Amino acid sequence: MIFVNQIVQGVLLGGYYALIACGLSFMFSVMRIINLAHGSLAILAAYALFVLADRFDVSPFLGLIAVAPAMALIGAGLQRAVLERSARGGLLVPVLSTFGLSIVIDNLLFQQFGADTRSLAPYIGDLSYDSWPITDDIAIGKLAALTMATAIALLGGIQLFLNHTQLGRMIRATAEDSDTVGLVGVNARRVNALAAAIAMATVAISGAFLAMRATFNPYAGALQLIFAFEAAVIGGAGSLWGTLLGGIVLGVAQSLGASVSPQGFFLAGHGVFLLALFLRLYFGGFGLRLRRVVRGQA
Amino acid sequence: MSALPVLVVERWTPESRIALAVAALAAVVLTFGPLWLGANSVDRLTTLFIYVILAVTWNALVGYCGLVSIGQQAFFGLGAYFAVRLADSGVSVYPSLFLAAIIVGALSLPLSAMMLRLKGGEFAIGMWVIAELAHLLVNLDTLINGETGTSLISLNAYATDERRALTYWCAFAAMAGLLAVVFFLLRGPTGAAIQAIRDNEQAAESIGVRVTRAKRIVFVLAAFGAALAGALWVATAVTFQPKTYFSPQWTAYMIFMALVGGLGTFEGAILGAVVFFAIEAWFGGAGVWYLVGLGAAALVFALALPRGLWGWVEDKTALRLLPVGYRVRFLGERAVASAPPSDKSGT
Repeated sequence: MIFVNQIVQGVLLGGYYALIACGLSFMFSVMRIINLAHGSLAILAAYALFVLADRFDVSPFLGLIAVAPAMALIGAGLQRAVLERSARGGLLVPVLSTFGLSIVIDNLLFQQFGADTRSLAPYIGDLSYDSWPITDDIAIGKLAALTMATAIALLGGIQLFLNHTQLGRMIRATAEDSDTVGLVGVNARRVNALAAAIAMATVAISGAFLAMRATFNPYAGALQLIFAFEAAVIGGAGSLWGTLLGGIVLGVAQSLGASVSPQGFFLAGHGVFLLALFLRLYFGGFGLRLRRVVRGQA
Repeated sequence: MSALPVLVVERWTPESRIALAVAALAAVVLTFGPLWLGANSVDRLTTLFIYVILAVTWNALVGYCGLVSIGQQAFFGLGAYFAVRLADSGVSVYPSLFLAAIIVGALSLPLSAMMLRLKGGEFAIGMWVIAELAHLLVNLDTLINGETGTSLISLNAYATDERRALTYWCAFAAMAGLLAVVFFLLRGPTGAAIQAIRDNEQAAESIGVRVTRAKRIVFVLAAFGAALAGALWVATAVTFQPKTYFSPQWTAYMIFMALVGGLGTFEGAILGAVVFFAIEAWFGGAGVWYLVGLGAAALVFALALPRGLWGWVEDKTALRLLPVGYRVRFLGERAVASAPPSDKSGT
């Protein structure tokens, strides 16, 4: 029975991983860039929400109304100032420049907020610990359920947006061939900036949920990037729903690993990632691939 | 009558012969370093040698082979770990440093089979995951005491001055050896192969470059270099705390050194290590702002000057001090009698 509980909690944890991986794989699919500052930007959003809650008594959910658009603007700016230039330099430059950016963000946050770990849990009342008991052993936390619901809503929303709106079609076309879309009157630069803005808005949301369910510090971004990457690689089966599946696999593996040994949480997570990678590389047709999530829609 | 350009293909130039002579002289002077330098200078130079090892091997991987790894701290940490492990199990401490690097180099060989199938950003973060995993696995060894860490206790067998000099010589020998290996590797067919792969992998493969083999050589060399640097670092620092050795900040340092000095230039990596060493000496005390500056410099150089300081010098002056490539020099024009063969129109 204890394992059933571990699996249930793991699935719910997977909701958070799907949230944080969603922006990473969306950006990769549109712009072919893996943004190494992804995790650091999520932590930046978490600190912004923390400041709003701590200094101005703004609830994190209300705070997101301001922070998500602000992060979207940062995303568009980032695309114009850094990513676009990097992408022209080949495969090498985006990795180097976004890693440099993550160092800058992490250390500026440390400069501003110090090494203290923070959390948004005190600002959301009993949501942080309330749960619905299912059986004697199993209880579903309300916050974890909300995280999962948000992940499903966000992934579904992006999918609908990509499939059924003019802008969504433009993003898909740009991902397919950014030179040719110019011929039919699409401004690829603007579309990429929009895609980066959407990705960063999802980063703001995932930062909020990270900060509500756990603690964070200025250097927590690296681990979030790794989790996001692992979830995206495990589940990137060609659709955004693959990201959700990848998040759940990662969460369940970590949760089961943690029940075996204290180190097991991370070991099992990295282990399942390497297993998925191995399967994909040696049995490529398996479809486990961090690839064009957007193209998979077509 | 027409004119044909007279071109010579050359590798060694007068400047580069002078540079090589200066380098050889510097090597001789540095060999006797501990005999005439103060204790502080010896320690500092040892640190510089380790930086050069990190910069040159990372540059070979990234600048020449085009494989950006964010996870070289995996090898750095494992090198330090195996040095501690071997020394604990009775191996004499200085041989264990080199033995540790050989073990890590051997371990990187099977790892390369999987990781080298990844491209670009996937390879970069995949290596980072490997580093995290290596960190966790090392923590499982009870000798290490988890994050508390342990020390290279057997160094106590040596008096302080003796230990300082021995570590210096080990670091110097490691640096000189690795510089020579990387220099000759880059000059040889493998050097041409990896640069072809970096510039266009499919095209390289189509003209018969054995892509996987060439990449593997550089991957293992870079792993060996990082591991040797880690083992030497634990010999200077004495304490081994997994968290500091498996920290991505080592990769940040390598990126800074290679990018600022000149990615894909042999001299540039050495220059970058010296620049980093100087900046650390002057601004290291500035703490967080120092790290912000390193990150910002990496960002700016990646965007604006991707071939770094030395790449800029090379472009401006055509100066090659330690030539690993060839260059074509234009000597003038020579008059020839025959008509250009391509002109067949009309007749």
